[in-house]
Amino acid sequence: MKVLIVAEHLNGKLEDITFEMLGKAKELGTAEVALLGHNAKDMAAQLGKADTVIYMDSPELAQFNPDTYGKALKAIVEARQPDIVLIGNTSMGMDLAAALSVDMNMPLVAYAVDVAPDKVVSSLYGGKMNVESAVSTPFIASVLAGAFPADAGRGEGSPAIEEMAAPDLGGAKVRFKQLIEPEGGDVDITQQPILVSVGRGIQNEDNLPMAEELAGKLGGAVSASRPIIDNKWLPKTRQVGKSGLKVKPKLYLALGISGAPEHIEGMKDADLIIAVNTDPKAPIFDYAHYGTTVDLFDLVPALTSKL
Amino acid sequence: MNIIVLIKQVPDLVEELEIDSSGKDLDREWLKYKVNEFDDHALEEALLLKEDQGGSVIAMALDGQDVDKALYAAAAKGADRVVKVTGVGENPSNHQAAKAFANAISGMDYDLIFTGVQSVEDRDGQLPVLVAHYLGLPHVSVVSGVQVEGGKAVVHKEYGGGMMAELEVDLPAVLGIQAARETPRYVPVARVRRAMRGTELEEVSAGDVDASAGSEVARMFKPETGAGAEMLEGSAEEVADKIVGILKEKGIV
Amino acid sequence: MEITRHIFRNFPEWLQIAFYVVGFATIFYFLFSSYKIVQKYRKGRPAGRWNNFGARFMKALGTMAKHSTISKRNKYVGYAHWMIFWGFVVLFIGTVIVALDHDFLRFLGFHLLKGNFYVVFSIFMDVFGVAFLVGLLMMAFRRAKKPPELDYTRPDMPKDKYDRKPYVTDDKIFLWLLFLIGLTGFFIEALRIVGDNFPPFESYSSPVGWSLAHVLAILGLSAKADSIFLYTWWFHAVMVLGFIAYLPHSKAMHIILDFVNLMFKDEMAAKRLPKVTEEKMKEGMGYLKLEDFTWKELMDFDACTKCGRCHVACPARASGAPLSPRDLILEMRTYAETTAGTKEWFMQQESNGWTGKKNPAIAGDVIKADTLWSCTTCMACVEACPVGIEHLTTIVNLRRTLVDEGTMEDSLQDVLMNIGDYGNSFGQSDRMRAKWTKELDFKIKDARKEEVDYLWFVGDFASYDQRIQGISRKVAKILNDAGVNFGIMYEAEKNSGNDVRRIGEEGLYEMLVEDNMAALEEASFKEIFTTDPHTLNTLKNEYPDFGGNYTVKHYTQLLIELIKSGKIQIKNKLNYTVTYHDPCYLGRYNGITEEPRELLKLLGVTVKEMPRNRSNSFCCGAGGGRIWMDDSKLEKRPSEMRIEEALALGQIDCFIVSCPKDYAMYSDAVKTSGNEGKLVVKDVVELLEEAIL
Repeated sequence: MKVLIVAEHLNGKLEDITFEMLGKAKELGTAEVALLGHNAKDMAAQLGKADTVIYMDSPELAQFNPDTYGKALKAIVEARQPDIVLIGNTSMGMDLAAALSVDMNMPLVAYAVDVAPDKVVSSLYGGKMNVESAVSTPFIASVLAGAFPADAGRGEGSPAIEEMAAPDLGGAKVRFKQLIEPEGGDVDITQQPILVSVGRGIQNEDNLPMAEELAGKLGGAVSASRPIIDNKWLPKTRQVGKSGLKVKPKLYLALGISGAPEHIEGMKDADLIIAVNTDPKAPIFDYAHYGTTVDLFDLVPALTSKL
Repeated sequence: MNIIVLIKQVPDLVEELEIDSSGKDLDREWLKYKVNEFDDHALEEALLLKEDQGGSVIAMALDGQDVDKALYAAAAKGADRVVKVTGVGENPSNHQAAKAFANAISGMDYDLIFTGVQSVEDRDGQLPVLVAHYLGLPHVSVVSGVQVEGGKAVVHKEYGGGMMAELEVDLPAVLGIQAARETPRYVPVARVRRAMRGTELEEVSAGDVDASAGSEVARMFKPETGAGAEMLEGSAEEVADKIVGILKEKGIV
Repeated sequence: MEITRHIFRNFPEWLQIAFYVVGFATIFYFLFSSYKIVQKYRKGRPAGRWNNFGARFMKALGTMAKHSTISKRNKYVGYAHWMIFWGFVVLFIGTVIVALDHDFLRFLGFHLLKGNFYVVFSIFMDVFGVAFLVGLLMMAFRRAKKPPELDYTRPDMPKDKYDRKPYVTDDKIFLWLLFLIGLTGFFIEALRIVGDNFPPFESYSSPVGWSLAHVLAILGLSAKADSIFLYTWWFHAVMVLGFIAYLPHSKAMHIILDFVNLMFKDEMAAKRLPKVTEEKMKEGMGYLKLEDFTWKELMDFDACTKCGRCHVACPARASGAPLSPRDLILEMRTYAETTAGTKEWFMQQESNGWTGKKNPAIAGDVIKADTLWSCTTCMACVEACPVGIEHLTTIVNLRRTLVDEGTMEDSLQDVLMNIGDYGNSFGQSDRMRAKWTKELDFKIKDARKEEVDYLWFVGDFASYDQRIQGISRKVAKILNDAGVNFGIMYEAEKNSGNDVRRIGEEGLYEMLVEDNMAALEEASFKEIFTTDPHTLNTLKNEYPDFGGNYTVKHYTQLLIELIKSGKIQIKNKLNYTVTYHDPCYLGRYNGITEEPRELLKLLGVTVKEMPRNRSNSFCCGAGGGRIWMDDSKLEKRPSEMRIEEALALGQIDCFIVSCPKDYAMYSDAVKTSGNEGKLVVKDVVELLEEAIL
């Protein structure tokens, strides 16, 4: 099986999804990595596990752009004729996978949590159902972040690099203008060893100090699920989840978080997950190591006083 | 400025989902459907742009369960025209849906096509980019900010953790909307009822839907949930004690 | 000397003519001003209040004579106002008799004001004149102590943005003008007596004047009495005429208007809200312009005397929300005056942004959205108002506009969408509505399929909230053990719509009524009972407007019947001391206050009353959709204030509730106010359960 994966990078750094897909690709057969960028060749050194890195350089590819990346990827797929193309089911991936599917008339299966030469398993309906699709090569699978272990794809080394000339990328109808960083100066939750995370169950902006006190006692910081950020009770830099940040702390204490799949995606790799939710059926208990249905308004002060 | 908003009805996840007797699909008999929440955002962003800059908004949906109600609600919110695309069959794949929409849209006059970035039923990929490529239009997906000036749209594409890219797109284009700039507006029942009586629900044929997902469902199954959490019982004091014990054991405190 | 009074005593003829000229001019001005005010009311829509005119008139007359609404919960003010009122009435009638006698009967050859009739007349005038002055002094004294009712601070604007000193000026002028009029009246009487050289009959016909006359004589004013009399008489006359001119432009207006306002009161105001007509729906829901208000509502705005009772009773205001029912009415008055061109002489001045606008939106600019959304619809304002103002109907009608525009908190929006999509405010599947019954060891009858005596309309909270599901099961078990033939509608039941209507989503309300009535049609039952007072209110008072006529009871009423008929046996009396909280929608709205207490007494429990009880109960803060809105900006939640009110009673074992929302709100409040362990919140049925074990 010849598997081509599309490397994802932002701000000069390769995203975890790249390694997750690379690890899986190696399992399936030979792994080629499409690396698109500008003056980014040295990133290939991180792709040690790859059999080949197809490197395409162009100023038009310096930053992700649906138009230029789409054309570039199409050229690579046409040239390399892979059996399986793996693209991340991510913000960048969503602009690439469907385009490739229509333009190259290749089947596409999305939200993949498992890929085999003849079938792909997708996690759909908010994570409530898995669907196994029977599919024949060549096909595209759009892979969910965190579906496969990133470590399987990591490894320094010197893979074979084939440079491929970019097709004509002029006259692109989409143009990159700038990257916008989130309001800084705040805590980087991805670097915190301990996170006290709050969800809808906290009910009220007034109750945040209670969580902050506990986080302080534990030597960590407060993070939150999407509803809290949407209410503007905390800045976006504190958001854990699919459209927020992925965190891997030693302790993730989830207070009043139900455990929607988008949130789980952001924290399921934490070493120790303790979930507090009055609903015994909350999905978060499927992913937590320990849980309790005791009211968080009773538990948090008790816990704070004992630390 | 004319914007077409594509609306998809999806199963409402509030109900318990069951698998039907074939083992390949949901048991749809008791399923309730509702508008994909991201399509609500797409409609809201379109209406806000129209309110800012003038123009028209057309809401379009494939024929299906409760679709009329969704279109009338869109009209009540301010959509100028509402169109139902017929003849696409039951439960089409997203490739088929995209082709049907593309057929229905061709011949219409528009600057932008908005639809929700994703839905819970996107086995064969997300709708916005499929539609864009069937129509041969530029696209940006996962958009949470749209400004239109002089034939171009400037959009913010969301990456994780608050990072965003600002991109400029030539019109006409397709945008996959992640979030409108405001929470989608509430439309009072009285207005929807008025819309039901006063709005023309246009119908357009899907035409030749020569597209396919390219794969078949072999089976559907509920995911194994992990062993699950070890539940701690007792009063708040007792549970707090247990937690402190666990944290000490793991060397966290 | 003849026993009579010399009218226009010693006036030259030109002076008498001058008086009539000024007098008629004043009366003409008064009538013209009043006409403009009436024209303003006529701009409003019909209010449907002309029914039972005779009964209305007599009832208002009785209320006015007994001062029942003013004396309620404030005897001091009741007495003071009674004296001012009857003083004014008697003095006014007395003056009318004088005018009648002098200007009319005299020419027909009659003379009333002489002899015994005059003596009686004069005694009445003196006695009530004193009462008048005493009452006014009592009020002035009260005002000087700065009671909270008379604090004109607005909760919705910062202090430097408005000026209510004109209101205070008006208050002072009103009080002291009347006082001076009364006082100078006595001086005129005294000066007359001195000038006439103390005619003997005056010693018993004008006791006050007689005493005052002696004082004046001692002060040596006897010689100049006649000229001072003339000046004092004119001073008095000018003040009286000034008062008449001033009346339609000040709070004095309440003298005439408030009787009328009481007469046209709707006893079902707020309990039964008005429908939106078809044509109104086309124009837009709610009140967009002055002409959308009914004439009664326009009259309400003018009837307010700023007594402050609603201001003090309001739970929203007490908790720091930007709502004062008084200030809402006064703001609407300012808007009506600005729009219709009638003027108060001492208007409030403010710059909250709408007075400069060309077409201010009534809901949103004149009355801010935050203010309107703060209301818990508890009806304390309507209940407290002595003059029949119906604040709540205005608030709901303005909310209808906000809903139409979509101006509401996201969380409220979500709840309305849930109710629309799923028929319940919890956003859960309708099929889960009866899930609470699964833990029972018997099956509750499905009233759609089997005939039952009682249909239990359970309600959202009692069905979907985990804590209250427990209470529902207790009720079910007790009724089942007592052999009551009852059933529920399972998933066919939807939110009754009471709070949806009070939020202002009338379209959704009508949809719920339609669906619920269709389900009720399908079911067979004799009576409905519910554990939820909100449900009770709308089923009982509002569904009839849509054709649904049912007998609706509260579960406490049913339980008492069962205890009295022996179907429920009290096995052990409970030794608790408790306090009972009257739910707004049960006590104040629907007058059901004694049955729950009776029930508690039958259980052997001692009930200690909180200061605010029965129709004066203090709201938990959940009504009007507030339970679904953000309360983080409140200084102190109403529910926490109520818990403190209970704790102030001393040793109380339980805080008893009989409403699901109260149960939820007070259980939380005990925790969030830091009083866990000091007080237990229990539903009546929990005590009953203990007593029948």
